[in-house]
Amino acid sequence: MSRIAVVVFPGSNCELDAQWALRGLGAEAELVWHRETDLSGFDGVVLPGGFAHGDYLRAGAIARFSPVMSAVTEMAETGRPVVGICNGFQILCEAGLLPGALIANRDLRFICRPVEVEVIDTDTVLTATVEPGTVVTLPLSSYEGQLTDPTGTARVVARYVEDVNGSQDRAAAIANEAGNVVGIMPHPERSSEEILGSADGRVLLESLVAATEKIPA
Amino acid sequence: MRTELAPEEDALTEGGAADTGDDDALHRRLGLTDDEYTRIVEILGRTPEPAELAMYSVMWSEHCSYKSSRIHLRRFPTEAPWVVVGPGENAGVIDLGDGWLAAFRIESHNHPSYVEPYQGAATGVGGILRDVFTMGARPIALWDQIRFGPLDNPRNRYLFSGVVSGISGYGNAVGVPTVGGELAFDECYSGNPLVNVMCLGILRREQLVLGTAGEPGNIAVLLGAATGRDGIGGASILASASFDEESATMRPSVQVGDPFEEKKLIEACLELYERDLVVGVQDLGAAGLSCASAEPAARAGAGMDLDLDAVHVREPGMTAPELLMSESQERMMAFVDPSKVDEVLAVAEKWEVAASVVGEVTEGTRLRVEHRGEVVADIPAASLTDDAPRYERPIGEPAWMEDLWSNRFKHMSAPEVGPTLLRLLDDPSIASAAWVYEQYDHMLFLNTIVGPGHDGNLLRIKGTDKAIAVSTDGNGRLCYLDPRRGAARIVYEAALNVAMTGARPKAIVDNLNFGNPEKPEVMWQFRETVEGISEACEALGIPVVGGNVSFYNETDGIDIYPTPVVGLVGVADPYPSRPPRLDRAEAGMDLWLAGPAEATGLAGSSFEKVVYGHVGGRPGAPDATAATAAVDLAVGLVAAELSPCLHDISDGGLAVAVAEIAIASGVGARVDYSDWRHLFSEDPHRFLFASDPGHRERIEELAAAVGASVTRIGEFGGESLMFDRGAKRDIVDLAEAGTAYREALPRRLS
Repeated sequence: MSRIAVVVFPGSNCELDAQWALRGLGAEAELVWHRETDLSGFDGVVLPGGFAHGDYLRAGAIARFSPVMSAVTEMAETGRPVVGICNGFQILCEAGLLPGALIANRDLRFICRPVEVEVIDTDTVLTATVEPGTVVTLPLSSYEGQLTDPTGTARVVARYVEDVNGSQDRAAAIANEAGNVVGIMPHPERSSEEILGSADGRVLLESLVAATEKIPA
Repeated sequence: MRTELAPEEDALTEGGAADTGDDDALHRRLGLTDDEYTRIVEILGRTPEPAELAMYSVMWSEHCSYKSSRIHLRRFPTEAPWVVVGPGENAGVIDLGDGWLAAFRIESHNHPSYVEPYQGAATGVGGILRDVFTMGARPIALWDQIRFGPLDNPRNRYLFSGVVSGISGYGNAVGVPTVGGELAFDECYSGNPLVNVMCLGILRREQLVLGTAGEPGNIAVLLGAATGRDGIGGASILASASFDEESATMRPSVQVGDPFEEKKLIEACLELYERDLVVGVQDLGAAGLSCASAEPAARAGAGMDLDLDAVHVREPGMTAPELLMSESQERMMAFVDPSKVDEVLAVAEKWEVAASVVGEVTEGTRLRVEHRGEVVADIPAASLTDDAPRYERPIGEPAWMEDLWSNRFKHMSAPEVGPTLLRLLDDPSIASAAWVYEQYDHMLFLNTIVGPGHDGNLLRIKGTDKAIAVSTDGNGRLCYLDPRRGAARIVYEAALNVAMTGARPKAIVDNLNFGNPEKPEVMWQFRETVEGISEACEALGIPVVGGNVSFYNETDGIDIYPTPVVGLVGVADPYPSRPPRLDRAEAGMDLWLAGPAEATGLAGSSFEKVVYGHVGGRPGAPDATAATAAVDLAVGLVAAELSPCLHDISDGGLAVAVAEIAIASGVGARVDYSDWRHLFSEDPHRFLFASDPGHRERIEELAAAVGASVTRIGEFGGESLMFDRGAKRDIVDLAEAGTAYREALPRRLS
């Protein structure tokens, strides 16, 4: 069974949800405090949503300096799955593991509602088991959710079906070149059971779990 | 009265002259009356020191002491076998079975939100969270009940969007979902918006913590944000006095919130509870350190030594009264066995929460406060709480009630149903509140199985078959026209809303928003309201386990409508595997009306207010028997999976209720009616539901078994809303209705 680290920064708040959803898929998901510097016992890492370090200065700007981030970077460089959800996505951009930055939504309001997202790139750790063109309904819950990437290098993994927040290329999720580092703005863990309104997010998390299982011990 | 109290360092250092003729006497500037001052002198047997006066002023404020309301609140039924903690603690606690408890409380932040809408609303959220996690519970959800003046006034738009931003900014960042609430607009709130907030947390029984200092020798550890000069005298000055044009100068009395500090504080406290490191905990909200030392000491029957020099502060040079009165947010006082202090400090360090050892619980009953090497206060701890004055304020039925009741609207002819419905759907108090709740994270923790936009909300407890249902309800206009009937009706409405999720009503908390208690008419409204809530609770067999009273909601002498808001908590065990929702009606389903054939009447209805601008007549008395039968029927329908969609008949009446189901479900409906009044009457004991035609027989059997009546009044299908009276048919295009309903708020705010 694969072991996935769910990093907890002060101000994180989706760590228990990510852990719950991953455990629901049979993965071993452990909470790891941000001062931890060794992630060698893990096959993958999730940076969950929330407001790490209060999102002061800029979302993710302080979190990138948390002690755990050097180990996260090492994981990314050694090809292990690194997935950032919402605030975790912002942190990955701030840490330079993904291109671009996330700025305030176009309408300058927090948006919390389910949105439709089309998966267009299935060669990443979060989408490998998904059929290209699959449209999933995932809850969005963010204020700084608009991707801007002046370099134009962002590899778009999934697009909003409608332009909800002004995101460049309607990007809802992007990946690095190797496809092992993925940032996604809507929350797959919040749509992992029918009783929550949608189980569409399961297929993404299943991809992640499958990817961590491929990591040689 | 003088309001420029807070920032000047010298404002609180002048002696407490007993010269009662002097408006500048310190006790008056602190909001204490001359009689109260005399009483303090009697208790102490000497002239009080400034720090002592400061403590009495906040602890004896209306906001903290309930001095005008307490004798009336005794009327509430407060007992039931499932009550674990009733009124008087930081939050009420009920037993959910199998070792699970729910802790909940409701609070107001009306005046701070008027003075500074963003921070006022934000710190309201912060405060109610502390009330709940003080009990050992993890806060899992928030509900906001907010009321403003009409949106055509720019100031009201500013207050409304500021308050929503404040709730969003704080609630989202602190990581507790806002899953529902209430939104209403009325002229009476223009000068005095209402911002109430309810929080619910869950805990295991063994984690329950009370606000007690425990045994002598225990150490008081102050956790959280550094103490500053913000929010000085909020309880005594802001929350306990009326407003006028000068109120903007009170801005320094509003605290500034920091959700990140609170988030860390929540996690640190939860770890302290989990590891059993604390004896008791008290939050520092209104009245700050004064409250956090006096209340736990009084509850423990002990004394306390408090060292103000040990308090970690944000700025130098704060005086003892300032330190004792500051309402700086995000602070908690923990009472700890001496052997565990180091562990407590280590937990605080881990969560990056500042902590200082500020005191020790002592034998005896004195609260002694030292500052800069001097004893600045030495008073009986319990005198701040137990000896607070109780006022039996004069009560007088308002002379205007007879006129109000006889001022019935004369309906000369039936209104055009279609245009009337569209107008109601476009009313901001009735229309979709999505513009508001989509700014709140309402899904965090994966508990929300029925979220905002529904009558009641349902939150599962993961890993169990239990779910907690909550509905918060108020109706100022009804309570103005008849406080007793209005208050009873909102309790029944909340109970029905909870029942329609499949849950059994268990207990309520209430937030009583009223005008100036020094007016006999306001106290009459208050007493009648307490009576109405009590009667309804008794009929339903549920207790009141906590609440809050907010008086002085008047500006320039004009009182708000008496506006009680109730938060009703119910339990579904097991919870429905497919909970009913408004969007689950389907073409071909029957439309049923549950409840008596006769509607309550139109007095106080949204229909008369929105269409004719009329507020008058006497609202119909609630029917307790029908209301309890409706609750039983709704619970039964959900449990037997006979209906996927139930909806109450509240603001706007039956016509609006049908439209709301149709809009949410994206399917039209046809309704038969005999009297147009029944389309617009609002009835707390009637509801609508959709059901498969195959269930007709079972539905009628169930209704008969619980003593409720049910009538099939139409069916779902098509793309329009059709209202049939004999051969007469009114048609409203569903898309048009949906646009009116969804765009009402956004178009007024853009």
